Amino acid sequence: MIIPSKSAKEKNRRITRRSLMLGGIQLAVVGVLGVRMRQLQVTQSDSYRLLAEENRINVQLIPPDRGLIFDRLGKPIAENKPNYRIVLIREQAQDPANVLAELAKIIDFPEDKQADVLKKMKRNSAFVKIPVVENLDWSDFARISANAPALPGIIPEVGLNRNYPQPEDFTHVVGYVGPVSDRDLSGLENPEPILQFPGFQYGKTGLEVKIEDTLRGTAGTSQVEVNSSGRVIRELSRKDAVNGADIQLTLDSDLQHYASYRMGDQSAAAVVMDVHSGNIRALASSPSFDPNKFIFGISTTDWNGLLNNEYRPLADKTISGAYPPGSTFKMVVALAALEEGLVDAEEEIFCPGHFDLGNRRFHCWKRGGHGRMNLSDSLKESCDVFYYEISQRIGIEKITAMAKRFGLGARPDLPLPAITGGLMPTKQWKQTNYNEAWRKGDTINSAIGQGFVLSSPVQLAIMTARLASGRAITPRLIQRINGVPTPLEYADPLGISDADFALVREGMFRVNNETRGTAYATRIAETTMAMAGKTGTSQVRQISLAERATGVIKNEDLPWEHRDHALFVGYAPYDKPRFAISVVVEHGGSGSAAAAPIARDIMLRALYETQPPISAFPREIRDEMLEQRQNEPPPNVVAPTPRSDRA
Amino acid sequence: MSFMDPNANLPPTGLKKILYVNWPLVLLIFAVSGFGFLMLYSVAGGSFTPWARPQMERFAIGIVIMFIVGFTPISFWRSITALTYGVGMLLLVFVLIAGDINKGAQRWIDLGFINLQPSEVMKIAVVMVLALYYDWLPPEKVSRPVWVFIPLVLILSPAAFVFFQPDLGTAILIILSGGVVMFLAGVSLWYFSAALSAVAAIVLAIFQSRGTGWQLLNDYQYRRIDTFLDPSLDPLGASYHITQASIALGSGGVSGRGFMQGTQSRLGFLPEKQTDFIFTTLAEEFGYVGTTLLLVMYVLIMVFCISSALNNRNRYAALLTGGIAATFFFFFAVNMAMVMGLVPVVGVPLPLVSYGGSAMLVLLGAFGLVQSAHIHRPQGVL
Repeated sequence: MIIPSKSAKEKNRRITRRSLMLGGIQLAVVGVLGVRMRQLQVTQSDSYRLLAEENRINVQLIPPDRGLIFDRLGKPIAENKPNYRIVLIREQAQDPANVLAELAKIIDFPEDKQADVLKKMKRNSAFVKIPVVENLDWSDFARISANAPALPGIIPEVGLNRNYPQPEDFTHVVGYVGPVSDRDLSGLENPEPILQFPGFQYGKTGLEVKIEDTLRGTAGTSQVEVNSSGRVIRELSRKDAVNGADIQLTLDSDLQHYASYRMGDQSAAAVVMDVHSGNIRALASSPSFDPNKFIFGISTTDWNGLLNNEYRPLADKTISGAYPPGSTFKMVVALAALEEGLVDAEEEIFCPGHFDLGNRRFHCWKRGGHGRMNLSDSLKESCDVFYYEISQRIGIEKITAMAKRFGLGARPDLPLPAITGGLMPTKQWKQTNYNEAWRKGDTINSAIGQGFVLSSPVQLAIMTARLASGRAITPRLIQRINGVPTPLEYADPLGISDADFALVREGMFRVNNETRGTAYATRIAETTMAMAGKTGTSQVRQISLAERATGVIKNEDLPWEHRDHALFVGYAPYDKPRFAISVVVEHGGSGSAAAAPIARDIMLRALYETQPPISAFPREIRDEMLEQRQNEPPPNVVAPTPRSDRA
Repeated sequence: MSFMDPNANLPPTGLKKILYVNWPLVLLIFAVSGFGFLMLYSVAGGSFTPWARPQMERFAIGIVIMFIVGFTPISFWRSITALTYGVGMLLLVFVLIAGDINKGAQRWIDLGFINLQPSEVMKIAVVMVLALYYDWLPPEKVSRPVWVFIPLVLILSPAAFVFFQPDLGTAILIILSGGVVMFLAGVSLWYFSAALSAVAAIVLAIFQSRGTGWQLLNDYQYRRIDTFLDPSLDPLGASYHITQASIALGSGGVSGRGFMQGTQSRLGFLPEKQTDFIFTTLAEEFGYVGTTLLLVMYVLIMVFCISSALNNRNRYAALLTGGIAATFFFFFAVNMAMVMGLVPVVGVPLPLVSYGGSAMLVLLGAFGLVQSAHIHRPQGVL
């Protein structure tokens, strides 16, 4: 048995005494709480209940107007238009099903839609406004308003809705808005209450989602006194909403429209960029779709149609499509070799049509070979063997380092979601990702922009702008926010010698402007506007030895998804560059036949800012071009706002 | 029974511990928490999401923790007391630095299934470390200045960190719980009167400094005090909470409006209806009857804790139990006083009822300590 010391006893006695004191104090506090409770809940209960019943203070949100989006000349790309709609509050309706049935007698309102509204109502609290019909025309809206007393709980409202007056042209860049979804909310740390506002619209894709916070603005509040039936007695105070910022883009509506039109139904992308400022004039991905269909939620049929289309209309190919750049990559390889002094302007390399490395044979696109080629010739005729040879001298690390200086392999800084950085491989990269050593054959494939090398159309445009200007141009999409110009930074020179640039640019000039140049057929005949460029045709399949033996299958005979990608990059005018362009036609066949003509037409449109004179085309194709023009639409006029279908 | 058991004077071992659990306390905890689930179900408009279900899950985890802690000998908890306090301090420093890095207030550490607030843990750790200190210190020394200074440092340093988080409510709670342990340990009443006078002086200084260059509190804190003193100053601004809370409380009347029938919370008039202000919903829906019932249950929890402390001859265990009981008391008393407009709104949850995982788990862990002290208390007549 433990015998406690005297001190321990003393300790415990003190604890006991103090505990009782403390208990007493606490009891007193509890007493005070009890008295206060009684005072509030029993004595003064009636007056408080009156306050709760008769005189509720209600805070109503005032939604801000979403910022508008304009093109570089101020033409509207995304605007807001009045939306006449009706909403329903369950607790005021008593019998919502009956009210909706009454409503169907006044306007066309089918039963399945009534069921949708009732379903939505069940998921929300009784006092939440549920959108019933959006985008009513004025006469329906007026009729409902007149009948409002017979429709308890139905409230006619005028709101603003997003509208895209140039459907299809800007779908990918600007994106679209839609009703706020639970997924949108779950991604936000602290969602603003306005997002719960019925029918409030939130950016879903493109700029609309990327700069959502800038476009949305801040909700205002109106504090009103309401009586027990919810009628507003008076407004107590008001804080106006701050509207979203208006955005002016660098894009040109007319050029963007023309680019979309020119690509037609093909799966393609085109980018036009100012070589000095980096301003993007056109950023078009094809095929496109009408973003207005998404605003009130798209129908399942339409959605599945877009989703299952093998041309992937939902993707923005300009920024998220990663393609092997093919021969358009050769300028980078050439500059890497020139800078290292591993090749010069004079050296000639013999192309027999193939290049042997160990027991592997790499083929030039031209079966019989090009014969003797110097660097400038190799660009003009796009000789592959020349690049196989010099790539062995440089090695992959130097090639990739040069590519990075041209913006390849790095994600361009644009306010858009889902931007790919493409891929510029290194030995280390292959070791990490494939757990295999880098092989010489990999370098050979990379030298002609195949193998692991991937880039997006916008990256190729940046590369071309840098080739033309010699400076580290970066893309710019937003010109002004609320009228305030966004900063335009001076781009630093790339640090490549003028002689090296001159040589490569000359090669690019010859591609378009000399016979046997791969894009000679699509040259610009007007000499002050002459274009320099480079075609690219990138394989998406392996050509087997057996196929080589029997003859390579022509693109036209292959299924679409096995055909080569067609690419073209270029800039113009040659002596005073203004614009760089890149065009990629997915599985389009050859770069000279499928991509170069599109690039030439879009470039001419950019240079002349209207339909170019027929003299800009080479004599031999003028008749053909004139015929083509018969079918061409007139210059883009912003169409009057179409009325969308009811939601 | 115990007179037939030769080991009756020794703490129980093995499964026999179950007989020694303070079962009335466990039942009360279940009852109060059950009340909480009902309210969370109601404020969500009759739904288990988003609050009631997670709260019940955390409660289940918390109860398991409580029993594990309870069945572990109190001597073990005594042995890791200093360590707990030290780790708690490190975590407090960590969140302060992490908050600095993130350029914003950070109060918690994300553990995946729960956001742990070190300040919550610290409330209990301070009580533990002081119980250990006074267990060790010979009683005749407790009132000597140097031996009073040490516990003050132990209390005020975590309180200071919490204050700068900034979380005034929790800082005050830490100081109050620490003070209670000092009080129970028998520190001379003169020190307490001195401390009260100092607080009065500081309050005076706070008011005097307002608007001058050396203003002691943030403007929003002054506004809270203003509206507390006179809610009618600004019925739609800062005192909106208090006014709406009073309306909810008062409109409940004697019998309440009935479960799920409270208009104030349902219409969104009540702020933080699932956390700090949940008492108002309870008052609105269950009336005076409901609030009194809750208050009685709280008082009974206190009574069972204090009587357990009084019957415990282990000084550490007794001080710990008393300190935890007092902390619990401060929680519910401050929260109720706050929503009833008796003290300024400081952001203290209603224990076991308000939505919040960290507070719930820490509280149940603390009750585990109370159980451990109760189960392993030295028995028999001395």
